[in-house]
Amino acid sequence: MPRADWEVVIGLEIHVQLLTQSKIFSGASTRFGADPNTQACAIDLGLPGVLPVVNEEVYKRAVTFGLGVGANINTRSVFDRKNYFYPDLPKGYQITQLSDPIVEGGEVEIPLADATKIIRITRAHLEEDAGKSLHEDFHGQTGIDLNRAGTPLLEIVSEPDMRSSAEAVAYAKYIHQLVTYLKVSDGEMSQGSLRCDANVSIRQFGDNELGTRTETKNVNSFRFLERAIEYEIERQIGVLESGGTVNQQTLLFDPDRGETRPMRSKETSRDYRYFPEPDLLPVEIDQAFIEAIRQNMPELAPQKARRFAEEYQLSDEDARSLSADSHLADYYEKVVGVGKDSKLAANWVRVELLGQLNRKNIDISETPVDAKELGYLIARIKDGSISGKIAKTVFEALWEGEAESAESFIEANGLVQVSDSSELQPLIDSIIQNNPKQVEQFKAGKTKLMDFFVGQVMKETQGKANPKQVNELLNKKLG
Amino acid sequence: MIVDKKVVANIAELAQLEILPENMQEFVDSLTDVLNLVEEMQSVDTNGIEPMSNPLDGVQRLRSDTVTESDQRDYLQEVAPETANGLYLVPKVIE
Repeated sequence: MPRADWEVVIGLEIHVQLLTQSKIFSGASTRFGADPNTQACAIDLGLPGVLPVVNEEVYKRAVTFGLGVGANINTRSVFDRKNYFYPDLPKGYQITQLSDPIVEGGEVEIPLADATKIIRITRAHLEEDAGKSLHEDFHGQTGIDLNRAGTPLLEIVSEPDMRSSAEAVAYAKYIHQLVTYLKVSDGEMSQGSLRCDANVSIRQFGDNELGTRTETKNVNSFRFLERAIEYEIERQIGVLESGGTVNQQTLLFDPDRGETRPMRSKETSRDYRYFPEPDLLPVEIDQAFIEAIRQNMPELAPQKARRFAEEYQLSDEDARSLSADSHLADYYEKVVGVGKDSKLAANWVRVELLGQLNRKNIDISETPVDAKELGYLIARIKDGSISGKIAKTVFEALWEGEAESAESFIEANGLVQVSDSSELQPLIDSIIQNNPKQVEQFKAGKTKLMDFFVGQVMKETQGKANPKQVNELLNKKLG
Repeated sequence: MIVDKKVVANIAELAQLEILPENMQEFVDSLTDVLNLVEEMQSVDTNGIEPMSNPLDGVQRLRSDTVTESDQRDYLQEVAPETANGLYLVPKVIE
């Protein structure tokens, strides 16, 4: 049976680390990169006699996400214990939410190559992260770092609405953009702030029943997500076409080998024995809590792109690109505010600024060129006081930190464009006088020589003459 | 639910408990008693009653998001059987 006859069904569980100072149940710091176990307090270690207390900010971020996907916010949510044994889970259970999560329902509209698609959200619940196991050789032992234990996570569960790895990646990217836009998470994938579990099954087109699914856990990049799903699709088709059956199992993706392999050997022993967390009371939030967050919801990327296209008269591509990252969008709007030319600003931000940032692998939040300075440059290009070429010189100086401000640099280096005809006129006169041969040839029809005259003026003014002005004056003189 | 040796052995494995063969029958009997009691309770009609998630009739207070804990690694690791480079050491586990 050709691959085209198989329908792929994918659902994702995305774990997002919430942007907080302290952990979900303790006052230990969540800062990334600290020395092992320096941010793991008695509560995170599950020592006897400690009690967890819920971080309010965790609830605010979760509600923010829920509102961002149009979900139902449960005013009453309950924590449960999920029991399993692993050394990086010191309590022997993970505190999570099973039957009464904070967020239920909702949907997102994801962009695909030539259309958009609605992906439904089943739920999003709060839970604590586990620690980290280091399997390098500690005399044949495993080292445990519990700094990450108790880090707040929001697990976002989708319906099985995706039909290809491309759709799954588009959805994951959309969620990533959404949580960073809403400042629910920093979205730093290299630091584990966003991890995906992919539930994949296949069935023949027309089947109503879902096939048996496998779950590939802990995929931490979009590229790996695509590869893991593709591998899993091929593997399952291979199994079914050779007359076998797909086993429901948990898999890990090995990026080095590009394949998935089973994670737990004894699947039958997997039973988490959930029960309500006795150390925590149900959490109740009121409508005022939700409304206060709703009032402060930022504009989301798709809305912003639409507004950019209308308000700033940008192409769809410019509008989408400039609104994809909230920091970049803020930067662009600042540039427009000062420079007063939205298209010129779009061009400069996308070509010059993003070009440099990408080359140097620097985030927009760390740009050495302030939005106000770039805005100033654009205003000067617009009013004709500097040329685009000079502006690039100033931009470079700003980038390299050689200029205090665009204004002072232009002034100090005398870069203001000469468009005053009383200054240019005598210069043009003398050039015409000093080049009689070229004037003769020009008048005889060799109009290409116009470039020569413009070049002479530019040379004399060190590039500061307004080329449009020079052209006009020369035409008048020679014409 | 019938509790037999197989069921007890499975629960013991999930809980990472070792049950000696000579104690097996005792666990089977006492767990059976417990489940019989649960079965008796299940005969009560609970239609329309909201499940109770906590016997205390209260709601959780939330704390503000501030870091209040300082590094106490050395103190906390005093009770650990083995540590190295700030890590807790445990028997090798790899899945």
